[in-house]
Amino acid sequence: MSTPSIIDHATAEDHRIAWMAALAIALSMAEAVFPSPIPGVKPGLANIVVLLVLYQDGLRAAIWVSALRVIAGSLFFGSFLTPTFFLSLSGAACSLLMLMLTSRLPRRLFGPVTHSLLSSVAHIAGQLVIVYLWLIPHKGIVYLIPILGIAAVVFGLVNGIIAARILNSPETAPLPGPASSAAL
Amino acid sequence: MTASKLFKPGDFLTLGIVAIAVAWLCVNLWRHGAGSTLVIRSKGEVVSELSLARNRTLSIDGPLGATIVEVHNQRARIASDPSPKQYCVRQGWLQKAGEIALCLPNQVSIEIASSENRVDSLNY
Repeated sequence: MSTPSIIDHATAEDHRIAWMAALAIALSMAEAVFPSPIPGVKPGLANIVVLLVLYQDGLRAAIWVSALRVIAGSLFFGSFLTPTFFLSLSGAACSLLMLMLTSRLPRRLFGPVTHSLLSSVAHIAGQLVIVYLWLIPHKGIVYLIPILGIAAVVFGLVNGIIAARILNSPETAPLPGPASSAAL
Repeated sequence: MTASKLFKPGDFLTLGIVAIAVAWLCVNLWRHGAGSTLVIRSKGEVVSELSLARNRTLSIDGPLGATIVEVHNQRARIASDPSPKQYCVRQGWLQKAGEIALCLPNQVSIEIASSENRVDSLNY
């Protein structure tokens, strides 16, 4: 008698979510290799993946990919339940909230660049709240806000353009998971 | 691939709004830091609290000798100090509220204070 495997019950969407989350984690690990001039400033390439999933599979799948990236990613980094994990969680949650709000904007007028910019700003704002309320309750962190804001706009713009390029390319029509992540 | 395919009309609007917001933050958050008064301490006691508006040079006596404090152009510095490593002298001009130069061997310190939001403790 064979035991029913959880894999057997996974739908095509589950596979796709798992693939995209794995891709997001791989991207955040890849960018962690490069030293950052200022702590907390990184490109956030994994957000491109969340954006793609939002566009191609909807908000529910994007939330799953983002949550998996934060939780499973922190297990890979060894930062689960450390301050880094909560920073990442808060940033991802605020960023998703922003995507949720802005997904109502007419698609005809607003594209991935808008979503990327706004979610990038929301991401850093969510992290700053945790930093201020918990880690460094000192007014001095307001001096960091402009630097982090500039970084959020620059990387938000770049990531948005990358996401728009990928979504526009003919190979990235709605494909099943493995194929589309290979296309990236 | 043309820019018009990557950017929808509203994207430029979003970029503009976000860029203006960040520029506004830069201007406002970085300019407010200028302090208005200078607090001089010797052996832990405040010996003088003076305005940065007037240029002047003061001499503060410590265990090793005299520390010369200079106020010029809304800024203040330790012009000279008998401490062996000269850390506080090399720190140069202090301008923003909360900036501080300590001459530990001579037990003299100068700190820029502002009328608003003076931080008096740090906790982690």
